Amino acid sequence: MDEQSFFLNAIVYLLAAVISVPVAKRLGFGSVLGYLIAGMIIGPFVLGFIGSEGDDVMHFAEFGVVMMLFLIGLELKPNLLWGMRKSIFGLGGLQLLLSALAIGAVAIALGQSIGAGVAIGLTLGLSSTAIVLQTLAEKGLMKQASGKASFSVLLLQDIAVVPILALIPLLGSSSLAPGHNTHHEVQYIGNVAIDGWVQVALMLSVITAIVVGGLYLVKYFFRIIARTGLREVFTAAALLLVISTAALMELVGLSPALGAFLAGVVLANNEYRHEMEADIEPFKGLLLGLFFISVGASMDFSLLGSSPGMILSLLVALIGIKFVILFILGRIFGIRGGQNTMFAFSLAQGGEFAFVLVSFSADNGVLTPETSSILFLVVALSMALTPLLLMLNDKLIMPQVCKTENTREEDAIDEEETPLIIAGFGRFGTVLGRFLIANGMSATILDDNPDNIDVLRKFGFKVYYGDATRADLLASAGADKAKVLIVAVDDREKSMKIIDLAQRNYPHLKILSRAMDMEHTYELMDRGVDGFKRDVFESSLALGIEALTHLGYNKYRAYRLAQTFRIHTSRVDNELYKHHKEDEIKYLFEANKYVLELEELFQAEKEDADHLRDESWDISSRLEEAKEFNRPSQEESR
Amino acid sequence: MVPKNKILILFFHPLLHKSRVNRVLINAVNELGGVNCRFMYDLYPDYQIDVREEQELLMQHDIIIWQHPFYWYSAPSLLKEWLDLVLEHGFAFGKEGRALEGKQVMSAISTGGRRDIYGSEEKVKFSVRALLAPFEQTANLCRMHYLPPFVSHGTYLLNEEQIRNTAEEYKRVLKGLRDGNFPMEDLINAEYINDLIS
Repeated sequence: MDEQSFFLNAIVYLLAAVISVPVAKRLGFGSVLGYLIAGMIIGPFVLGFIGSEGDDVMHFAEFGVVMMLFLIGLELKPNLLWGMRKSIFGLGGLQLLLSALAIGAVAIALGQSIGAGVAIGLTLGLSSTAIVLQTLAEKGLMKQASGKASFSVLLLQDIAVVPILALIPLLGSSSLAPGHNTHHEVQYIGNVAIDGWVQVALMLSVITAIVVGGLYLVKYFFRIIARTGLREVFTAAALLLVISTAALMELVGLSPALGAFLAGVVLANNEYRHEMEADIEPFKGLLLGLFFISVGASMDFSLLGSSPGMILSLLVALIGIKFVILFILGRIFGIRGGQNTMFAFSLAQGGEFAFVLVSFSADNGVLTPETSSILFLVVALSMALTPLLLMLNDKLIMPQVCKTENTREEDAIDEEETPLIIAGFGRFGTVLGRFLIANGMSATILDDNPDNIDVLRKFGFKVYYGDATRADLLASAGADKAKVLIVAVDDREKSMKIIDLAQRNYPHLKILSRAMDMEHTYELMDRGVDGFKRDVFESSLALGIEALTHLGYNKYRAYRLAQTFRIHTSRVDNELYKHHKEDEIKYLFEANKYVLELEELFQAEKEDADHLRDESWDISSRLEEAKEFNRPSQEESR
Repeated sequence: MVPKNKILILFFHPLLHKSRVNRVLINAVNELGGVNCRFMYDLYPDYQIDVREEQELLMQHDIIIWQHPFYWYSAPSLLKEWLDLVLEHGFAFGKEGRALEGKQVMSAISTGGRRDIYGSEEKVKFSVRALLAPFEQTANLCRMHYLPPFVSHGTYLLNEEQIRNTAEEYKRVLKGLRDGNFPMEDLINAEYINDLIS
C-alpha cells in the first residue's frame, strides 16, 4: 500500500466511524452496530470505497480482540476466575457441545458430509467475543449474572478454538483436500517440523513462562520503564507485552487471545495495572472498531440478493438453535428470567473465529468454497443482528418477563399504599432509601439492575425492573396514589425523561431529584421540580469540614463555615441560572461547557464573597466602641 | 494523689478563635490535675448532644462548671440545648431523679460590662446574681448546691497582663474547690467566688 492510498483508506475508515457511531448511539443502537453499518456502507456493495484489502484489515484488526481479552484479564483476579470454573466448563462446555451437535445435525440433514457437518457445528457453535463483550460493557452488564455467564461461555470457546483447529484437518475428505496437509500430527514451528509431544511440552512451557514472568518479572520491567517518566515509552512497553504474549502463543499453536487473557489475569494484582489499562484501552477500542467495520464490509450482499430465502432461513435457524440451547442451559444453571433471555440473545450469533475456521476448513478441503461464502455471510449477518436483538430484548421482552414475575408480589403489597417512589437504587438511591425506609416509610423502588432487585425483594420491598422512563412502569409503581417521587438515577437524560413523564401525567406528585451537574441543575430549575440536590455536594462539604479541622480550625467554626457555604452556593446557583437563561448561546459548544461553568462559578463566588465571612458573635467592632465609650468613665472610677 | 473533688468544666464558646479572655482562662486550667475540660462546641458542632455520655460524665464528677461568655445576660445557645436534653426528668429532677443530688455547680462567665454597672439603676438594672437566677434555680431543682459564680468583668478593657491575672485567679479558685479549701459559710455568703481569694 503506497502512502497516498494509506491516507485515503485511513480517512475512509475513520470518517465512516466518526459519522456512523454517534448516529447509531443517538438512535440507541450502541457502537457495535454503528461500526458494522459503517462497514456495510463503505464496503464493496454500497459505496465500494474498500474492496478486497478489507480482509487484510480484518486480520489486522482481530488483534483488538486480543487486547480486549488482556484488559478483561486485568479486571479479573485469579481467585475470581477460579470461582467461575463451574460456569466456564459446565455452562460453556455444554453450550458448545450441544450447539455443535444440533447445528451439525442440521448441516448433515441439508446434505453436507459428516466431516463438514462436524466442522460447521463446531464453527458456528462459537459466538463473537468482540461483539458480545463490547455490547455488554457498553450496557454496563458485565457485572451482572447474564454478563458473567456470557463471559464464561466465551472464555471456554476461546480455549476450544485450539483443539478445533487441530481437529479440522482430520475431517477433510482426501478427494477435496489440496494435499499439502497430509501429515496432520506434524506442526511447523518456524521452519522446523516437530511432533505432537514436543508441541504439548512447548505449549506448557510458554504458559508457565507467561505466568511466572507476569507474577515475578513484569513488575521490575515496568518499574524501570516508569522511572523514565516518559509516558509513550510506558505505552510502548504495555503494547510490547501484549503483542509478544500473543505472538508467543501463536507460535506454539495456542490462541493469542487466550494468552493475552492469561497474561491479564496474572497481572491483575500488579501495581501498574491501571496504567496499563489506560494505555491499552484506546488501541483496543480503535482496533475493535476497525474489526467491526471490516466485518460489515466483508458481507457479500450479492449472495443475499441471489438467494435471500435460503440465507435468511439459515440465519433464523442459526440464531434459533443457539438461542434455544442457551436459554435452556441458562435455566439449568440458575440464570433468572430477564437475565436469561439477555444471556441467550447475546450469544446466539456466530463469531469472528468462524471466519478463521471457515477459511481454514476450506483450505483443508473440509468445506466447499460455496458453502464457505454462505457461512461467511450468515455469520456476519448474525453478528450484525446481535445488537438489534439485545435492544429488542431490552425494550420488549425484559419488561414483559419482569412484569409477569412481579404480579404476585405486586398484588400482595398493593394493599398498603406507598407514598414514596424512588427511581434508581444505586449509590445515591441506596442511602436515601435506607434512611427513609429506616424511618418507617414504605417505598416503591424502580431500578434497572436485576441483581439489586433480587436482594431488595428478599427484604420485602416493592421493586420493579426498569428505568422508570416508561409510562406504564410509573403507573404500575402507583404514581397516581404516591405523594413523592425521588429521581435518583445517575443518567441526566433518563432523569429528565422521568421528570417530564411524571409532571405530565401526575401533576400532584412532589418531585425531588438528584442533580448530576450544573447543566442538569439548570434543567431541573427549568422544570420547577420541588427539590433537588447536587449529588456529591454534601459529602464533599463534609470532607471539607474535616479538612479545616485538621488544619487547626475549631470544629464548630468549620461546621458553620460549611453551612454558610451551603447557603452561598444555592445563591450562586440561582445567580448563574439567571445568567444562563440570558445567554444560552454560550453553552452551545458542549466541550467548553464545563470550563465556562467553572469560570462563571468562580467569578460569581468572588462577587459574592462577603456572604462567606462569618461575623456571628464577633465582638471586634463592639470592642472598638467600648474603648471609646468607656474611657471617660474608666477615668471617673479611678 | 486523689483529689478531694473531681471537677468537670463544660466550656461553651462558639467563637474560640476570636476569644480574648475565655481562651486564656480555659488554657490555664486545661491541664490542671483533677479537672476535666470539655470543649462543647468542638464536641457537638451539629448540636447532636450525646445525652447518655453527658449524664455519665456528670455522675463521675463532684463539681460541675458551666464556663461561657455572658451572651445577652445568659449563655451561648448550646448550653441551653445541653440543659434541655441532659438534665432529664427522672435523671436530674423529679421524684426518681436524684443522680446529681449533693453535687456542686458553678457558673464561670465573662462580660464586657464592669462590675459596678450591674445592678445600678442607670445602666444595667439587674445584678449578675439576679441575671444568673435561671441557672441557680436549675441547680436547685436538681438538688445541687449553686456556688457563687466566677465572673470576669470589663473584658473589653482588659490588657493581656490583666487577663493573665484573671486566669491565675481562676486557677486558684479551681484548686481551692478541688481541694475543698473554701469554708462552706463563705461559699454561701459570697456574691462572687472571686471575692474569696482576693
